[in-house]
Amino acid sequence: MATNETTFADQFPKSARLTRLSFGVAFTALAIGGLFGLIQALHRTDIYRVLPSPDYYTLLTGHGVLLALVFTTFFIAGLFSWGISNSLDRDLPGDWISWSWWIMMTVGTVMAALAIIGALIPQIPMQADVLFTFYVPLKGHPVFYIGVVLLLVGSWVAGYDWFRTFWSWRKDNRGERIPLQTFMVLITMLMWYLSTMGVAAEVLIFVLPWSLGLVSQIDPLITRTLFWFFGHPVVYFWLLPAYLAWYTVLPKLSGGRLFSDPLARVVFVLFLLLSTPVGYHHQYIDPGISEGFKFVAMTNTMFLLLPSFLTAFTVVASIEHGARQRGGKGYLSWLRSLPWDEPAFTGMALAGLLFAAGGFSGMVNAGMNLNYLVHNTLWVPGHFHLTVGTAAALTFMAVSYWLVPQLTGKKLRLRAFALIQPYVWFLGMTLMSNAMHRGGLIGLPRRTAEPEWNLPGGSFSEGIGSLNEIQLQIAVGGILLFTGIVLFLAVMVATWMGRETPTIDVDSTIPPALSGAENSPRILDNYRLWFAIAVVLVVIAYGVPLWDMVADGVFSPGSNPVTP
Amino acid sequence: MEVHRFEKIWTAAALLLIVGFISTIVYGAVGPGVTMVEDDGGTTDQADVSAALADELDWSQVENFEAPTPKAQHVSGDKYEAYVVTKQFAFQPGTGQPLRVPAGSTVTLYVTSPDVLHGFEMVGTNVNLIIMPGQISEITVEFDEPGTYSMVCSEYCGAAHHVMEGRVEVVPQSQFDSTEG
Repeated sequence: MATNETTFADQFPKSARLTRLSFGVAFTALAIGGLFGLIQALHRTDIYRVLPSPDYYTLLTGHGVLLALVFTTFFIAGLFSWGISNSLDRDLPGDWISWSWWIMMTVGTVMAALAIIGALIPQIPMQADVLFTFYVPLKGHPVFYIGVVLLLVGSWVAGYDWFRTFWSWRKDNRGERIPLQTFMVLITMLMWYLSTMGVAAEVLIFVLPWSLGLVSQIDPLITRTLFWFFGHPVVYFWLLPAYLAWYTVLPKLSGGRLFSDPLARVVFVLFLLLSTPVGYHHQYIDPGISEGFKFVAMTNTMFLLLPSFLTAFTVVASIEHGARQRGGKGYLSWLRSLPWDEPAFTGMALAGLLFAAGGFSGMVNAGMNLNYLVHNTLWVPGHFHLTVGTAAALTFMAVSYWLVPQLTGKKLRLRAFALIQPYVWFLGMTLMSNAMHRGGLIGLPRRTAEPEWNLPGGSFSEGIGSLNEIQLQIAVGGILLFTGIVLFLAVMVATWMGRETPTIDVDSTIPPALSGAENSPRILDNYRLWFAIAVVLVVIAYGVPLWDMVADGVFSPGSNPVTP
Repeated sequence: MEVHRFEKIWTAAALLLIVGFISTIVYGAVGPGVTMVEDDGGTTDQADVSAALADELDWSQVENFEAPTPKAQHVSGDKYEAYVVTKQFAFQPGTGQPLRVPAGSTVTLYVTSPDVLHGFEMVGTNVNLIIMPGQISEITVEFDEPGTYSMVCSEYCGAAHHVMEGRVEVVPQSQFDSTEG
């Protein structure tokens, strides 16, 4: 049992401070974005409409930006700062560079949030009803795009902060294997650097100058393609930190240790290689892109299933090992020996379970010709609320129950809330997501304030279950999920505001893997090589089609801006 | 590097599943002949489409695109083609007058937008396209039975996106031939 003398916060005060403040912004974004989500769930199901329908899209933009970009990026920045210091056993420098990334990201967030909220508040002369995916030629206020750029650039500097900490460790530890958590952070950031080039180019070369009126027209196809160049790997930017927790923290909480360290490295390398050359699978039904390139992206996407399947094996094997260490027996009855009364464990385990369901619905999305049936229907948010909305979000909340006491030196408060919160989330998401999937199959579109068109026959043809039942499950699920956020935030605020305690009951020690890194090929750690191969794969997948789009004129066929 | 026997079996099974999925897609393409929307619809000038819709330009001046008419145009045999414009916040044809096609026909749809992105979703079918200014989405659809399909805009296009809807009427050949349009 750790005492205050040995908490992470005492050992590495600079990392702990950066992590705490990053979590602070993340949780604020979660509160606001979550509230928007609740209002949307009640609005589009016509249970209760608090705002006129055009404002739905303002909230939808806010929900996407605050949760998918801000909550995730800040939480990840905090988690990685902890992971680097914890596994390298050294503090972050904590100098002006360290602080510059946090400040840049925070200023960017405030700018983007103000531009979005401006659509609701007449005193703020801005709007950005363009959704998280930008939707050129709809045009938002330039402040929105500048805010997004600052958030991105800040995350790049954060990556540099982690790399330079690793390089300084390397000087003192020549010849040693890269510790697993650090390896995961570095590989994730390399993927992030590669993939954010797409959205950075989109905003800096095209969208920002166009929104400022410096160029009159831009090509929606090029900007869209650059967005999705980034838009799929960002999914893995959300997931890989959850994987970091599942590979390193979850086995410990289960009472055991990781099954195989080398395979964890293989999985992360596969994600670095395959995450980016897949973006066309978001554009299967777009004009202007030939079928062959879509097919290449589809093949790469399917092979991306492999590292997730390997993860499922390793994580379940590690949990089972933990359960058996705790006296679990039998083929399945070992499940009963797991610490289901431990919120950090329960949250991660339930997140993993729902991720399996989300993985299977993702395979349907990836199936190029099946995609016609589900593209832009409610099936898709049904899918990603299981992945980013649960695999990542619930894991992040679960990690917080375990990590925040170590960052603050304060024992977790309101433990009863923490205990039921993962179950509330699981139930809410099961209701909302299954209903969204089924709604998608009967053609209910996503991103709409009022799915109540005057269709022949009066409504969407009913598939499994009735339309009313689907709407009701979405609303009830949304209410439960918001309750889950309130419970989580109550625990965080109570813990953070509480007094320091002599013991905190948790520590950051990660037990070594059953099969360690020693016997694995050293080439696995050669991140420069893997990055180079990833670049080559991107050039193969994107070089020719992007060249085609640019060859007919960088800004043509051009579109004039339209204010939503 | 030690890889557990179970993990080898699991990996092989996962690879088999992946190859299986890819095979089903290849089969869908070469068997039932599901083709993807691609670049063969060509490009056009968004401003010209906009001007033609406002009667400021003749449709013959618009590159790669023809005047949208409520009735599909006969090409040959059972083959027809139809030009549709999606705009804030209507389908033309579709919203005011339905798009009319004969039953038992194969219709190639050409769809473009004068303003922003739209979605062209025929509810309850796999006809589902992204419509982009400057690009022409082309897809060939078989309409076997008479009936009415709804079109909804499945891509966010602005503040009144949720009211954008239309209809496709599939009518018997004799009825189709006897109507004006």
